[in-house]
Amino acid sequence: MSAFSAIGEETEEDQNEFTPGLEPQPTWCPGCGDFGVLKALKGAAAELGLSPEEMMVTTGIGCSGKLNSYFNSYGFHTIHGRSLPIARAAKLANPGLTVVAAGGDGDGYGIGGNHFMHTARENHDITYIVFNNEIFGLTKGQTSPTSPMGHKSKTQPHGSAKTPLRPLSMSLNAGASYVARTAAVNPNQAKDIIVEAIQHDGFSHVDFLTQCPTWNKDARQYVPYIDINDSDDYEFDKTNRSEASEMMFETENALHEGTVLTGRYYVDEDRPSYQQEKKRIGEMPEEPLAERYFDDSYEWERSFDNFLDKHK
Amino acid sequence: MTDHELIWRIAGGSGDGIASTSQNFAKALMRAGLHVFTHRHYPSRIRGGHTYTEVRVSADPVKSRGDGYNFLLALGDSFARNPSEGAYYGNEEIKPLSENLDELVEGGVIVYDSGLLDASEIEDFDERVEENDWHVYDIDLRTIAREHGREVMRNTAGVAVTCAIADIEPDVIKSLMSDAMPDKILEPNLTVFDDAYEMVQEEFDVEAPDIQAPTGEHDEEQVLLSGSDAIAYGAIDEGCRFIAGYPMTPWTEVFTIMTQNLPELGGISEQVEDEIAAAALAIGASHAGAKAMSGSSGGGFSLMSEPLGLAEITETPLVLVEAMRAGPSTGMPTKPEQSDLEHVLYTSQGDSHRVVFAPGNAAEAYYQTRKAFKLAYEYQIPSIVLYDQKLGGELSNVPASVFDEEPNADLGSVLTEAELEEAPHDDAGKYQRFQHDTENGVSPRSLPGQKGGRYLATGNEHMPAGHISESPENRVAQMNRRMQKVDSIRAELNDDNEFNTVYGDEDAEIGLITFGSQQGTVEEAADVLNENGHSVKVFGVSEMMPFPKQQVSEFLDSVEEALVVEMTASAQFRGLIQKELGGYGDKMSSLLKYNGNPFEPADIVEGFETALLEGEELPDNRTKFVPKVGE
Repeated sequence: MSAFSAIGEETEEDQNEFTPGLEPQPTWCPGCGDFGVLKALKGAAAELGLSPEEMMVTTGIGCSGKLNSYFNSYGFHTIHGRSLPIARAAKLANPGLTVVAAGGDGDGYGIGGNHFMHTARENHDITYIVFNNEIFGLTKGQTSPTSPMGHKSKTQPHGSAKTPLRPLSMSLNAGASYVARTAAVNPNQAKDIIVEAIQHDGFSHVDFLTQCPTWNKDARQYVPYIDINDSDDYEFDKTNRSEASEMMFETENALHEGTVLTGRYYVDEDRPSYQQEKKRIGEMPEEPLAERYFDDSYEWERSFDNFLDKHK
Repeated sequence: MTDHELIWRIAGGSGDGIASTSQNFAKALMRAGLHVFTHRHYPSRIRGGHTYTEVRVSADPVKSRGDGYNFLLALGDSFARNPSEGAYYGNEEIKPLSENLDELVEGGVIVYDSGLLDASEIEDFDERVEENDWHVYDIDLRTIAREHGREVMRNTAGVAVTCAIADIEPDVIKSLMSDAMPDKILEPNLTVFDDAYEMVQEEFDVEAPDIQAPTGEHDEEQVLLSGSDAIAYGAIDEGCRFIAGYPMTPWTEVFTIMTQNLPELGGISEQVEDEIAAAALAIGASHAGAKAMSGSSGGGFSLMSEPLGLAEITETPLVLVEAMRAGPSTGMPTKPEQSDLEHVLYTSQGDSHRVVFAPGNAAEAYYQTRKAFKLAYEYQIPSIVLYDQKLGGELSNVPASVFDEEPNADLGSVLTEAELEEAPHDDAGKYQRFQHDTENGVSPRSLPGQKGGRYLATGNEHMPAGHISESPENRVAQMNRRMQKVDSIRAELNDDNEFNTVYGDEDAEIGLITFGSQQGTVEEAADVLNENGHSVKVFGVSEMMPFPKQQVSEFLDSVEEALVVEMTASAQFRGLIQKELGGYGDKMSSLLKYNGNPFEPADIVEGFETALLEGEELPDNRTKFVPKVGE
């Protein structure tokens, strides 16, 4: 019997399974977009028939970091910006797990930017949800990497002199094989996109627009969105890298002009995930590494029998 | 050095094959029944620049590089001869000859490649030769190599000349060459070897020098390996199958050995974007149920300070190795020092705790790496193997039986799903993974994917099921429990005290205390001091945290005074002893070395006799004496 019997288990489609009971109650502000992510993730997990115990959700620091406190699964609330390296390794060690990483725009695109770039480049089979509200919330309203140019805050009193970072273009160019944007104002699309992202074999980046009613009342995240995949005005081939890239550029400009465009931008089903690639070159065990520690019949090799000859 | 020792130094330019040649030479002599020990000196660059390796060969066990050396093979640096690179290499052409003469003992042998080096360029060469009674052999190794092979084979020619002069049976070397080289290059190398050997026999008077390689026999089979090899093998034997890292000298050696071996063992190695990621990956893999490790050297370890604390508060087993080099900052990348001691003991925010071992030789490095894994997984605490460039890079012969140990892949305090069913859960069905009421502070963990084991691991202070909490009562209970683990580890290490070793006569008057890679050198110095009529014994401390308070205070109580020997500029180890024991400052003096080279036994003898006993200043700034508190 597997040591991790929750993995692969079929469960009823019940969102309540992913609600951890009465405690703790979310400490997010009323009207916060983060509720939308939580709801979408619960809905997606239930729709996929996942069991709470085969999921692992890693988060960083900030309001977004509390996601896995309110989501009923295995969770690792890590340190600022480090949700991705921990998620990557957990998936490598036990590929049976469904691993979702989450964090805010400061966490993921700022302090964790290096990990973001490299996780996309390597195309790890994990899903990354970035709560993008264009502000640092929990530290009380500082300018973030996605805040628009000219954004005024206590730390940018004269208005930001920096152009906002383009997260979709970044992950596409770094090598992510699934790139989408969704918004808390549209729970149905958000759930569908997270379902797809989890199913996708490779690095799925979901830039999730969340409103911050407390610190960022100017952000466009409240306005009605346009789903580019449903609109005839935005026809493009989402499997085509350059068309996707062009559409991302357009939508990332539009966001700061007041139009919220969401949807799937890039889906590459052909690119093998990092795990598959590593297996192909012979650097990844066939069976989950973590299982082996529970296999009493497994014979552990040792240096004396394997490596000492070359030292004789 | 004793009478029957050969200490052979091969000098040349980086990239000239000095390391591989010396390694083969050492291994051949080990196979012939001798004890060997190597010392590497190399610059932080790829090609060119002065480099040398010493191979000390003795019939008796050796623990250090020894003092000075008696056989120089100066190969010359062919890259320095490239005129277009003249500006880069400057006037370094004759370094392999001139740079090495200071430590060559009286009556020693010099073999130099007259095809590349010209002794007449060194002003006082002839005078020094005469003064020191050196035996000089100017041999055109380059031409011999070119005639029957390629120029790079002048190493082989040099080794053949060594055999002819030091009376080493040629087959000892030739059989190792056959094992180490592919057929294509073996043939010309053997020809070069024979030509050079015969040429020396015919054209030179090899009877003159009184330098002969010793002969010997081993009681049991030996292997030649480095501290880095020993650490990697310790990890592998303890079931470590996941490593993540970022290259940094000298930690790269352990990382490389693991990476090259793990795939065939069904393991995983990840070279990642930085050291924060590296340590975080090790935490992620460990959390998910694999035995994992990471590591770095000073600067990279600075970045790991953050994940280190995360591992502690989430109680995720984490094994790191830290290969010290001279700092601060980038410091001297290829030079040993022990000055990351405090960095490794105390880095990371809050009251954080960890286990730190500092092995004193290759065998200890193997055992303590295994112990580091055992403790990390049993007690769910970060565990660090602290060593330095010297221990990591030097080769010595170790009985093969050291490695003939059973593998251990036990994950430590992890529950099975059956056990989880019986375990306490909160109202929402979450496993109370961080329980307060445990005997030794350890609350067993569950792994993601296990039924009935859901919990939240978090870097914030948390309740038993993992939810963030700032409750004062809970905070104190969690903090106390985490600290209780350290007390339990201290008790376990006290019961099983195999690494903190006392050497020498129990009743000796003066103690020498050291840690880590200096242990063997200090022990050799103690032998010399006792021969000189002093009364000394040595304590090599290998456990840094929890500190073996009892053993160290017993040792200090048993001597009149003590000299603490360490490779730091600020006496960090002595400070640790004073902090842990709450005193003894009036009993300990320090001998420090931080010039980029490890102690030689003679440094310690000199520091002891001159500064400690005579109260006189040391003659140069090679080492530094710091008196007792109050003096």
